Amino acid sequence: MWKLLRIELFKIFKRPRTYIAFGAIAAVVLLFQIGMKFDGKTYLDLVLNNVSDSFEVTDEFKSKLLNGYFICFAILNILLIQMPLLVALIAGDSIAGEANMGTLRLSLTKPVSRTQYMLVKFMASIIYTLLLLIWLAILALFGSMFIFGTNSLVIFRSEVIEQMNSYDVLWRYVAAFGYAAVALTTVSALAFLLSVFAENSIGPIIATMSIVIVLTILSEFNIPLYDNTVKPYLFTTHMVAWKGFFYVQADADNKTIDGTIQNLPAILRSLGILVIYIVGFVGSAIWIFKKKDILT
Amino acid sequence: MMNAVILVKHLTKDFKEVKAVNDLSFTVEAGQVYGFLGQNGAGKSTTIRMLLTLIKPTSGDIEIFGLNLLKHRKEILRQVGAIIERPDLYKYLTALENLRIFGAMSGVKISEKKLMEELEMVGLATRAHSKVKTYSQGMKQRLGIAIALVHDPKLIILDEPTNGLDPQGIADIRNLILQLSRERNKTLLISSHLLSEMELIADSMIIIDKGKKVVEGKVNELFDPAETLVELKTMDDTATFEKLQQSGLQKLIRGKRNDCILLKLHRNEIPGVMKELVQMNIDVVSFHSRHSLEDYFLSLTTGHPHVEIITN
Repeated sequence: MWKLLRIELFKIFKRPRTYIAFGAIAAVVLLFQIGMKFDGKTYLDLVLNNVSDSFEVTDEFKSKLLNGYFICFAILNILLIQMPLLVALIAGDSIAGEANMGTLRLSLTKPVSRTQYMLVKFMASIIYTLLLLIWLAILALFGSMFIFGTNSLVIFRSEVIEQMNSYDVLWRYVAAFGYAAVALTTVSALAFLLSVFAENSIGPIIATMSIVIVLTILSEFNIPLYDNTVKPYLFTTHMVAWKGFFYVQADADNKTIDGTIQNLPAILRSLGILVIYIVGFVGSAIWIFKKKDILT
Repeated sequence: MMNAVILVKHLTKDFKEVKAVNDLSFTVEAGQVYGFLGQNGAGKSTTIRMLLTLIKPTSGDIEIFGLNLLKHRKEILRQVGAIIERPDLYKYLTALENLRIFGAMSGVKISEKKLMEELEMVGLATRAHSKVKTYSQGMKQRLGIAIALVHDPKLIILDEPTNGLDPQGIADIRNLILQLSRERNKTLLISSHLLSEMELIADSMIIIDKGKKVVEGKVNELFDPAETLVELKTMDDTATFEKLQQSGLQKLIRGKRNDCILLKLHRNEIPGVMKELVQMNIDVVSFHSRHSLEDYFLSLTTGHPHVEIITN
């Protein structure tokens, strides 16, 4: 199994297209950091515009606000919505790409079971997803910490301001990146399932993105009819639950309590639903692939 | 008593309403070069894919090395090397990397020295580090054969191995197949539409049509290689045809096709016939001996008689 996984990773990282996603992430993060370095105050004015009526925002507060943790949170908000596309590039290609190249039939004449073959393919796409997130963490979190320094993290929700002490932030990022890994693996699993049906990788990649976009829009609908009947069961509803790690509990004086999360059971429930989706998608992919005649 | 390496019994494959393979049975014995013949769409590739577990049979049994293929898939495939149709490879990788990958997937530990030896054998050692996308079709075909052989399998299945090759490439593959059979005692199952090639290399063969077996047997028993059909072209074929009908060669005439007169004769008779044509003052433009196996094949798969007889 390990030998097959090494082969799969070798194949993935020998392809130039693999590095598109790494390049895209680097470009977005660096452009955002450059913008924030030279025009961060204006950006903050825009963000604070909505809350300045309720809170007094001093220049000192603003300068504290613009730190590495805040920049990383802003980047994650932007990128974690786009990253499914980057993940689908590899997962959607995993089986369909081999079918398209004609290497699928040669690979399946080797003494490797189809289940093993599929599991290795999926594991490789998980590793690729993890490496993308590590790359994002290096650039967005550690890069921003290096450029902008660290301070308390303040984030703005519709009517709430969450403030976390500097020493209480890093573990939240570790948890958030871990959660994002599971969320992106769900997309990866969907692309992987669709890849079984196709003979070129464009189809599964576009189909995955279309499904993610439609379901994300549905998850965002504020229509009571969907709130309890549809939204709780959509994986896209649960993909954004990583933000929950930055929602902290407050004491009677409305001061944040270090090391707390407002609603951990909700995060765990969302995590569980994503895992069920992953198992469902991958299980279906293997079941279908085992029965499939290879005609390409 | 020879050992059956491949034993196919009543194999059938339906694709919805199309019966691609229909109750097909055949046996490939150890050490044989076994020709698998049929026109396009006859069911050759479907059968080969079933032999390699790429397609599941609708019914029937396949035994390879005496074991049931579906029950002992991994064990069997460890000893099988194959090319199916064209050798599609990872174009962005080098020949050596492709060979290393597929060698590793074969479940056998293969040294770098062995990998290079295989590339040497197919004449690609000097291009081992070139990306496959820079290879010609013939080079890809040879690399495909190296991949099929790299784990030293007992059974080699080659589906149209000479596709896209130039005459030299075809001759190289033919020699390689003969070498594998004679010197390394491999069993080979080869499908090809180049019947003349098959005649040169196969010990036994099967001809299938519309998924069904038409005939199976030893090549030298299925047809007489010494008997040949000659296409005779002269300056005036109508006059020649009349002259021949009134001569002692009349018994050899099998009819006319296009601008040629067809004669069926034994190869030993050719010099005598040539002399008689000269004596009869017939201006011969060409005297072409058609391949007998090809003729035999066409007669079986198209329903045309072995020798086409057309009278004026």
